[in-house]
Amino acid sequence: MNRGPTWFNITSIALGFSFLYLPIVILVIFSFNASRLVTVWGGFSTKWYGALLHNQQLLDAAWVTLRVGFAAATIATVLGTIGALVLARMGRFMGRSLFSGMIYAPLVMPDVILGLSLLLLFVAINQDRGFWTVMLAHTTFCMCYVAVVVQSRLVGFDRSLEEAAMDLGCPPVKTFFLITLPLILPGVLAGWMLAFTLSLDDLVIASFTTGPGATTLPMKIYSQVRLGVTPEINAVCTILVALVTVGVVAASIVTKHRTVRRQRDEQLAAAGA
Amino acid sequence: MDWRIGPVEYPGPNVSPGRNEPLRWLITFSSHFDRGGDLAKKPIGPIRRTFAPWEDPEKRPFIEFRNVTKRFGSFTAVDNLSQTIYEREFFALLGGSGCGKTTLMRMLAGFEQPTEGEIFLDGQNLAGVPPYRRPVNMMFQSYALFPHMSVEANIAFGLKQDGFPKADIADRVKEMLRLVKLEPFGKRKPHQLSGGQRQRVALARSLAKRPKVLLLDEPLAALDKKLREETQFELMDLQMDLGMTFLIVTHDQEEAMTVADRIAVMDAGRIIQVATPSEIYESPNSRYVADFIGDINLIESKVVAKNGETTRLRATELDIEFDVAQTTDADIGDAVAFGIRPEKITVTMDKPDADFSVHAEIWDIGYLGDVSTLHCRTEDGHNLRAGIANVTRLVERPLTWDDKIWMTWRKDAGVILRH
Repeated sequence: MNRGPTWFNITSIALGFSFLYLPIVILVIFSFNASRLVTVWGGFSTKWYGALLHNQQLLDAAWVTLRVGFAAATIATVLGTIGALVLARMGRFMGRSLFSGMIYAPLVMPDVILGLSLLLLFVAINQDRGFWTVMLAHTTFCMCYVAVVVQSRLVGFDRSLEEAAMDLGCPPVKTFFLITLPLILPGVLAGWMLAFTLSLDDLVIASFTTGPGATTLPMKIYSQVRLGVTPEINAVCTILVALVTVGVVAASIVTKHRTVRRQRDEQLAAAGA
Repeated sequence: MDWRIGPVEYPGPNVSPGRNEPLRWLITFSSHFDRGGDLAKKPIGPIRRTFAPWEDPEKRPFIEFRNVTKRFGSFTAVDNLSQTIYEREFFALLGGSGCGKTTLMRMLAGFEQPTEGEIFLDGQNLAGVPPYRRPVNMMFQSYALFPHMSVEANIAFGLKQDGFPKADIADRVKEMLRLVKLEPFGKRKPHQLSGGQRQRVALARSLAKRPKVLLLDEPLAALDKKLREETQFELMDLQMDLGMTFLIVTHDQEEAMTVADRIAVMDAGRIIQVATPSEIYESPNSRYVADFIGDINLIESKVVAKNGETTRLRATELDIEFDVAQTTDADIGDAVAFGIRPEKITVTMDKPDADFSVHAEIWDIGYLGDVSTLHCRTEDGHNLRAGIANVTRLVERPLTWDDKIWMTWRKDAGVILRH
């Protein structure tokens, strides 16, 4: 059954991918449009990228977004990792199902409800909304994604490694930092990246919980688009797409490199070198 | 009881014949000097050991399990078990999976807490002592090498935890690498080693701290047969040289019999018998142990007469009556089993000049190279297995399928089993 690709395969793949990626390609192309009109091609230009550098509002929004993303991803990673450890390691304790249910709830909870409830909370405790409230809101929903990623890494973790460390005289907390953490680090980093991306991308929850002076980039883009799409927005989006692409490609190259080296080492070891 | 090698000169499946034998002698010889002059009460079998502290009531046990029970929910893994182990002893826990042997070892290491009972090590009650403060080290079945550390860092890990000076750690690591013959591999990561090399790193790591007791959890299960046999003898030498107490958990009876001073055969959370390998093989205390260790024919019998040192049995399913050079506390008329190892049955083509003999037909032959096992069927349809050593290089064996043969055995060849 080793047939080459049929016309049906080729067409379906082409249609599928163009449905997914054609809009992004068009966006990237129009970010280099010299004309002010979004849908009319007026020749190649990079002037919108130059204009971006002088758009202080957009730059401020980008800076807020990065700060929120960084802080929220970091706190969510610490808390999510602890949550995952409890779920994977503590065995059956009282209220385990409730605990795991509560950790995973934000995965399925609509953003609107999450945002609204957080807004009500901040209003109730009379908290001025701004950078800190957005960051806290992002931490809460990012935490569960980190917990899921880290827990999947912990499931495949050989517990006898921790037992061996303790057997050799290493107390439990030190064991976590010397043995467990270095080995689940890829999972923890992946969790951090996911949390950072989610925070970067969030519009709904941020709109509910933000206040004056803490407009995030997605909010800024959204509000500008309501006044009409400008090539400047296309330029911002192109930069974001480029950043994500570089990140993904770099990660896959590192992984591939490691796998190849590991396979070579194992072959050498098996050959009795 | 005087157990000698039976009329068929084959040492039995427990001791691999040939090349290992001189080594075994060397080891027992050196143990004579290493281990003081504890004299075994009555040596059994061809291997004479002079190390038998369990025979000496003055000797203080080094490890003691006192009425230990471990339950996981409704499952009882270890059932009210008491056992003592002595200093410098190589002690094996042998049993099938789920018999509680690993749980027993993990309780000594501190990974599990006994539900009831106490464990003592060198006079100290271990209750409440966490694993990282116990003077025992364990070699894990999966080796549990830290994959992100080099071989050297793995071996040095335990020493670092104890705050040894840097120079001492380096010296000890070097010494350990030399001990397990891995000097050129110190800088490698575990995944750059073969299975046998990993096993040695795990051993070096667990020995580096010079623990009072080394626990070995199925240490050789992942190695192939040749490497396993070599490593078994290396383990014995190491234990002798370092003068440490070793506790090994295994399901491999040959491994237990090769390395251990004493074997505890476990079943369903209890120890069924504790004895030296040759005692376990030659005088098992129950059908379970007899059947678990090696190959044995169990012949259902009745006690017919008891005359001093011998007991007369009548086989209930075979038409024979025979003497056994063994006393029993079973009464006349009681049902017992008579256990006889295949290699202790004499097989002849002509009716032997003996008190009794069983006439049978060769049904099947298991040719193993060094020995052949004859599966024989008696006239009334019962199966008996006899082992014969293939001492010549004949390809055509004198005995073959459908041959009518006679089987008999000496008075001291078998054992009466009450349970």
